Amino acid sequence: MIKNIEVPALTRVEGEGALYIRLKDGSVTEIQLNIYEPPRFFEGFLRDRYFQEVPDITARICGICPVAYQMSAVQALEMALGVSISAQIRDLRLLLYTAEYIESHALHIYMLQAPDLLGHESALSLAEVAPEVVKKALRLKKIGNNLLRAIGGRSVHPVNACVGGFYSWPKLENIQSLIPDLEWALEAAKETVRWAAALSFPDFQVYDYQFIALTNPDEYGIYSGDILSSSGKITSVNDFEKEYIETHVRHSTALHSHTVSGATYLTGPLARLNLNFQQLRPEASQIIEEIGLELPIRNPYKALLARAVELVQVCAEAIDLARAYQPQGPSHVDVRPSSGEGYGATEAPRGLLYHHYVLDDTGCILHARIVPPTAQNLARIEADLWKLVPKVLDLPQTEATLACEHLIRSYDPCISCATHFLTLEILQD
Amino acid sequence: MSQPKVAVYKFSSCDGCQLSILNLEDELLDLAQAVDIAFFLEARSLVKPGPYDIAFVEGSISTPDEAERIQEIRRQTGTLIALGTCATSGGIQALRNFLHLDDLTWAVYDHPEYLKTLETSTPLSQHVKVDFELWGCPVNKYQVVEVVCALLSNRRPNLPTHSVCLDCKRNGTTCVLVAQGVPCLGPATRTGCGAICPASGRGCYGCFGPASSAEMNAMVSILKSLESYPGETYHLLRSFTGYAPDFRQAAEKIKSEAH
Repeated sequence: MIKNIEVPALTRVEGEGALYIRLKDGSVTEIQLNIYEPPRFFEGFLRDRYFQEVPDITARICGICPVAYQMSAVQALEMALGVSISAQIRDLRLLLYTAEYIESHALHIYMLQAPDLLGHESALSLAEVAPEVVKKALRLKKIGNNLLRAIGGRSVHPVNACVGGFYSWPKLENIQSLIPDLEWALEAAKETVRWAAALSFPDFQVYDYQFIALTNPDEYGIYSGDILSSSGKITSVNDFEKEYIETHVRHSTALHSHTVSGATYLTGPLARLNLNFQQLRPEASQIIEEIGLELPIRNPYKALLARAVELVQVCAEAIDLARAYQPQGPSHVDVRPSSGEGYGATEAPRGLLYHHYVLDDTGCILHARIVPPTAQNLARIEADLWKLVPKVLDLPQTEATLACEHLIRSYDPCISCATHFLTLEILQD
Repeated sequence: MSQPKVAVYKFSSCDGCQLSILNLEDELLDLAQAVDIAFFLEARSLVKPGPYDIAFVEGSISTPDEAERIQEIRRQTGTLIALGTCATSGGIQALRNFLHLDDLTWAVYDHPEYLKTLETSTPLSQHVKVDFELWGCPVNKYQVVEVVCALLSNRRPNLPTHSVCLDCKRNGTTCVLVAQGVPCLGPATRTGCGAICPASGRGCYGCFGPASSAEMNAMVSILKSLESYPGETYHLLRSFTGYAPDFRQAAEKIKSEAH
């Protein structure tokens, strides 16, 4: 029977938080995922900023998924300002987004979660015994970053996206020259799926998940769509706040999300794959068939497999978009400031990211609301821990602790988004 | 210095500067050989106890806990390096320094009484002695390598302080300010990014902070003549490095002249 556990900080996550698990007479009495990432008040200081500053400012909420912030922001603001973009601009935005997925998923699969499955404390220690695995990961990640740089000028907080499109078209040769690398990445992504399929995941199934993801009849929903729940309900992005509610709980600087009926829900790669697998490209469908992956996946640790399948999806998508890229005409629509209200949601690598803005007649922000993916998942992570902890009570202390940490990491939590420092502490009365 | 012990810390920030270290895909494994990465929570679970020879600190000081923690880190660190604009100037979250905190918390949180936060977000240098500052939002990852190499070979790091403007000339980028009338902070902003904004056809927005040679009066008068919306110059200055003294004072001057 495990006793008090104290891990000073949960590691290999993006941000700062703590986990408190209290046990009494062999049963769990309290679980708190304590987020004490310093609040940064983005929605507060967005007020009075000019609409065109918003994509650059909101990017700074998250260094891992700045493109997600930019893409949700520009769509919300374009709705508010009555702007329509060309198909060509939309395609380049998709290409930019695939680049962020390649970088973020490669980072999480190999450097943040895989060490748990392979008995390592980090990719650095893994590199000492399996350098070829880590080098492949780094090359994949680099290809994503190079594509981000080719379109956006740099990989963290790229500078080229704006309300209305892009400040300029990336040079054709800079995109085309990356195609051979993307072709390598597609094969490496398929190898990643095969490798991941052979990993031994903890046996843990959750049967009461409500999955939430964008869904789009025309494509695997990342850039736009309606919000689909595994309950069958479809909600337009405009109505998100009516259906999904955030509350401020005492132990967290991140707000917690629930459905309007009070249920926790799950957003992210598992939700996307389980709900939208029919929209996958053939390359991704084939690899699912090849490894015999059964959907829906209900094991949160296996989100890694969903990420690997998505890596195939976005690499194949990126190749097509890069091949079709032909810059011509204006790279952005001229946008006139006006009053208005708009909503935007995209699928960040770690889940649904919603933005809502109200503008005054000079085009400045009157009201901003941002709901990041990890805040939506926090209540669900706690619910999963309630299910997991009773199963690990008889394990050795270090293994029980690691199982909890690994569960949290498998969500790819971005706590600086949600607002960071995970400390794991299990208290025994 | 033979295999120095290196720590990487996070304070109030977005993680983008730590990620920039992990984005050293070609150098990371060599770097992990050259130094002992002894504390880097985002990258590894193994934590070796201090003291550390080198600490990179991402983020600004914005909570009472952070104000205490940076003192402890300073005590157990040889060379302390501020990593990125949050650590060198307070970051975007230093916009709170110009507003009323109560208004902000109510805008975001239903129960501000649950929060423990300071009225201000401030650079590390307001709290402890900082040995080197790496500016940038995000930091230029090669400047991280440069600092490590310099410390390993016992020399001063070569960290350029000239303006973005000079890099545009070197890169052969047509001046967006002169040729297109686009407001650009490049003449007053520290280099390090590679002058990527003008190369993308937009003006520099100052995310590497003021250059040592910044002529703010001249800069402001040019910017004010080119504004695409009222108050653009003020907004440009009150942004990612708005709490850095040169930009802060220039913005204050605009505000006082408006009254």
